[in-house]
Amino acid sequence: MIPSNFNYHKATSVKDAIALFQNHGDEAKYMSGGQSLLPMMKLRFATPEHIIDISKIEGLSYIKEDGNLLKIGGLTTQAEMEHSSLIKDNYPIFSDAIKLTADPSVRNVGTIGGNIAHGDAANDQPALMIAMRATIIAEGSDGQKSIPIDDFFHGFYMTALEPSDVLVEIQLPKTKKGSGGAYHKVERKVGDYATSGAAVYLELDDSGVCQEIGIGLTNVSTLPMRLSRGEELLKGKKITEDLIEQVGAFASEDCEPTSDLRGSEAYKRSITNTITQRMIRSALKRAQH
Amino acid sequence: MKHTISMTINGESVTAEVDSRLLLVHFIRENLDLTGTHIGCDTSNCGACTILLNGQSIKSCTYLAVRADGAEITTIEGLSAEGTNHPIQQAFHDQHGLHCGFCTPGMIMRTVDLLKNNPKPTEEEIRWGISGNLCRCTGYNNIVKSVKQAAEEMQKESESV
Repeated sequence: MIPSNFNYHKATSVKDAIALFQNHGDEAKYMSGGQSLLPMMKLRFATPEHIIDISKIEGLSYIKEDGNLLKIGGLTTQAEMEHSSLIKDNYPIFSDAIKLTADPSVRNVGTIGGNIAHGDAANDQPALMIAMRATIIAEGSDGQKSIPIDDFFHGFYMTALEPSDVLVEIQLPKTKKGSGGAYHKVERKVGDYATSGAAVYLELDDSGVCQEIGIGLTNVSTLPMRLSRGEELLKGKKITEDLIEQVGAFASEDCEPTSDLRGSEAYKRSITNTITQRMIRSALKRAQH
Repeated sequence: MKHTISMTINGESVTAEVDSRLLLVHFIRENLDLTGTHIGCDTSNCGACTILLNGQSIKSCTYLAVRADGAEITTIEGLSAEGTNHPIQQAFHDQHGLHCGFCTPGMIMRTVDLLKNNPKPTEEEIRWGISGNLCRCTGYNNIVKSVKQAAEEMQKESESV
């Protein structure tokens, strides 16, 4: 399969990318890793007239701690995250997720920023971003803007990014004493999209009371989903087994899966309950470590 | 829209004029006649088209040729000198890591990257490491043994240097 005809433009900087976009109008599309976009183009689900390649822009691949934030450059590949010792040692939630995303060769090319900007609730990173309450930094023709993750996902393949915006950075809370996160998804086969997935991030104070909690769910709703009811129940409390079971029940009630080849609606609700509970326990264990 | 691209393939410089939409795997097979890189699923699932781009394994069916401008590419043909086997090729031979051979070039190129990042993988790490490369004959056991042998041989080689 060969994509339909398009014109290719290589951007050398973010400003160059935005200028190219403005020259080519509505039918242009940015490509970073292209591991989602190019398959869609091959299947003619997407037929952009202009591809603006942003993957060669220098200076947007980094993983660093700065103040109380973890900052990830928008063009950082999944493999760079996977092999980063900072991530492996201090942010195991990413190691959980990336191991289950596609396969190593796809991860060598696919980017974290692209996984989010694609706006697909089946992708893994959105749930992590929701759990950790990420801030997305984008640059567009009107300058830089920061977008809280709860304002980011608008619809199927639609985000708060203007078509000419480039996702330049992801900001997350820096790991600290008492914080922990975990992610898991059930998949039919290795590298598949999630049948259901759950990301949990929490922060405990010295007495073990939950001060911050985020729960994001993968591929069980049109938009990447925040389990608000579960978060409200746990915040400000010591997390007990009873509470974890209640949150699991909320997850199965509040998610909105549809029956498809990956399973029936009832099955998806059931496993969403189970993995949400497991991920709370796993995040809790890491936070207490 | 035509683009002039230059790259190094298996140590040789290549310059060509390509369409925007030409996929890297087609460039390798049809323009350069290097048919050791196979096309299996053409949807980045099977890994038969795996090559090394700047030392990293990628699926060349899901990469535009024009994006490889300036890159250094290695295909199965460039892994070892004519008439000799790379330790990974030798290991697949010794351990019967193939039946029909269709997945083998991709499997071997993937193994190069796997062992570069993790020279002493456990069996589990090998299985995760080749999870993007499908084999419909072997049931993988002999492939895993091949990767293990290659890791041991390459370890010996690096220690003796």
